[in-house]
Amino acid sequence: MSVLVVAEHDNLELKPATRVALSAAALIGGDIDVLVVGSGLADVSAQAAAVPGVSKVIVADNAVYEHQLPENITPLVVEAGQGYSHILAAHTTNGKNYLPQVAALMGVAMISDIIAVDSADTFKRPIYAGNAIATVKSNDTIKVVSVRGTAYDAAPAAGGSASIEALGSAHSAGNSQFIGQEIAKSERPELTAAGTIISGGRGMQSGDNFVLLEGIADKLGAAIGASRAAVDAGFVPNDMQVGQTGKIVAPDLYVAVGISGAIQHLAGMKDSKVIVAINKDEDAPIFQVADYGLVADLFKALPELEASL
Amino acid sequence: MKVLVPVKRVVDYNVKVRVKPDNSGIDLANVKMSVNPFCEIAIEEAVRLREAGVATEVVAVAVGVTACQEQLRTCLALGADRAVLIETEADIQPLGVARAMAALQAQENADIVIFGKQSIDGDNSQTGQMFAALTGMPQATFASEVKVEDGKARVIREIDGGLQTVDVDLPCVITTDLRLNEPRYASLPNIMKAKKKPLDITTPDTLGVDVNPTVETLKVEAPSERQAGIKVGDVEELVDKLRNEAKVIS
Repeated sequence: MSVLVVAEHDNLELKPATRVALSAAALIGGDIDVLVVGSGLADVSAQAAAVPGVSKVIVADNAVYEHQLPENITPLVVEAGQGYSHILAAHTTNGKNYLPQVAALMGVAMISDIIAVDSADTFKRPIYAGNAIATVKSNDTIKVVSVRGTAYDAAPAAGGSASIEALGSAHSAGNSQFIGQEIAKSERPELTAAGTIISGGRGMQSGDNFVLLEGIADKLGAAIGASRAAVDAGFVPNDMQVGQTGKIVAPDLYVAVGISGAIQHLAGMKDSKVIVAINKDEDAPIFQVADYGLVADLFKALPELEASL
Repeated sequence: MKVLVPVKRVVDYNVKVRVKPDNSGIDLANVKMSVNPFCEIAIEEAVRLREAGVATEVVAVAVGVTACQEQLRTCLALGADRAVLIETEADIQPLGVARAMAALQAQENADIVIFGKQSIDGDNSQTGQMFAALTGMPQATFASEVKVEDGKARVIREIDGGLQTVDVDLPCVITTDLRLNEPRYASLPNIMKAKKKPLDITTPDTLGVDVNPTVETLKVEAPSERQAGIKVGDVEELVDKLRNEAKVIS
């Protein structure tokens, strides 16, 4: 058995989701190699080589892979993936973009968004927006699998010393072109990587009121999230949404403010270690999953909370 | 210009699904079935392209059981011009659907194929990408805006942390994200008209494709329930609990 993990990165740093996939790979067993595809990859390759348990880092560093267009990287992953029993990647928008293509070209099924490795061919994954968990077995010779970013703790970032080797092939399909990208810049941690998250819902009443969360987030070093209701109401942008159709998170501390607790929101945060809910409606479903519930008016409770931290 | 829209029959998004007591799957008896919401967005986008004069024909396609005709009629009522059912009793999985669609595309030669980004039952998010790989067409997944001109589609994609813009040459594959559009409701006159629109039926065998799944579902369980904790009286007590009991803040 041998596992190839395709790295999630932005050409600058290896994303923690890669190390979560590496934790899943370690449970499958066998040799673990990492494939890094992109452009200007010296740092990312070194970071991948430093993860304990990795045998070899294969680096395809070429300008044609800079934006990881699936038309260009899919043929490369298929080429590099020959001979492996498993090909894994993070279940991110990028992983979801090329990994099904890799499976299709290899003529095998893909198993998406696993939350547990039962054995080398059997995995658990959520279906129906997390309302059910399916245990599925792949009968294909090659298993192509994407791993949910909260499935396991990330493998350590340091301590390993894998070999690094270059892969020269350049695939450029020429039928797609990167035009531009807007990534929201923030001093705060990324939602999916944050240890603490404070989220606001419809109860916040307006986007301006999210400033009440900012002071607390600053003191806790937290990321700020939102429920789908807050996004749909136009309070905050879509990329802040926590939930089944937004970001799936599992921080050490999740504080839900003015969020009623719709199933779709719970599906995105219920694996958090400690959940706090602040809501004036004592019957809100969020209290059924909260470790600590505070029935209070958030406009009174939030300033008090900020002052006491 | 022809637009092909594959649609999936799924449990209606308002239904609270229940796991069967024997853990063999989800209980689908007497449950309302609908067009997958992301596929409905795909139909809406295709119809808007036709209304804007970009597309001339919108074809809705489903792969699955006879009853999928209901969802195809819905698509016809929403504005599709004709429909095709690739009928099979097989357990529908993404690779099989992608293969069947690729075989159909070889006959239809559509310029744009618009998929939903995922179905709300399997939550796989694979079929459009697999279809793109099998046909060699470029793809723009998770689209929140689509503009078609000069033989290209310029698509704004929702990616982790922000938005990305790509150009893809036609013929191309697009998968829809939630914010692409808000689908219309079917009017009664359009529902009546839809009954007369053509709906052709073919099979995977006729198309020469194997749609049999290679992934077995061994068990389906309800997710573990989280226990409710305690209610605290005020902010002071909350901070004390977080600091000294849960030890998640310093």
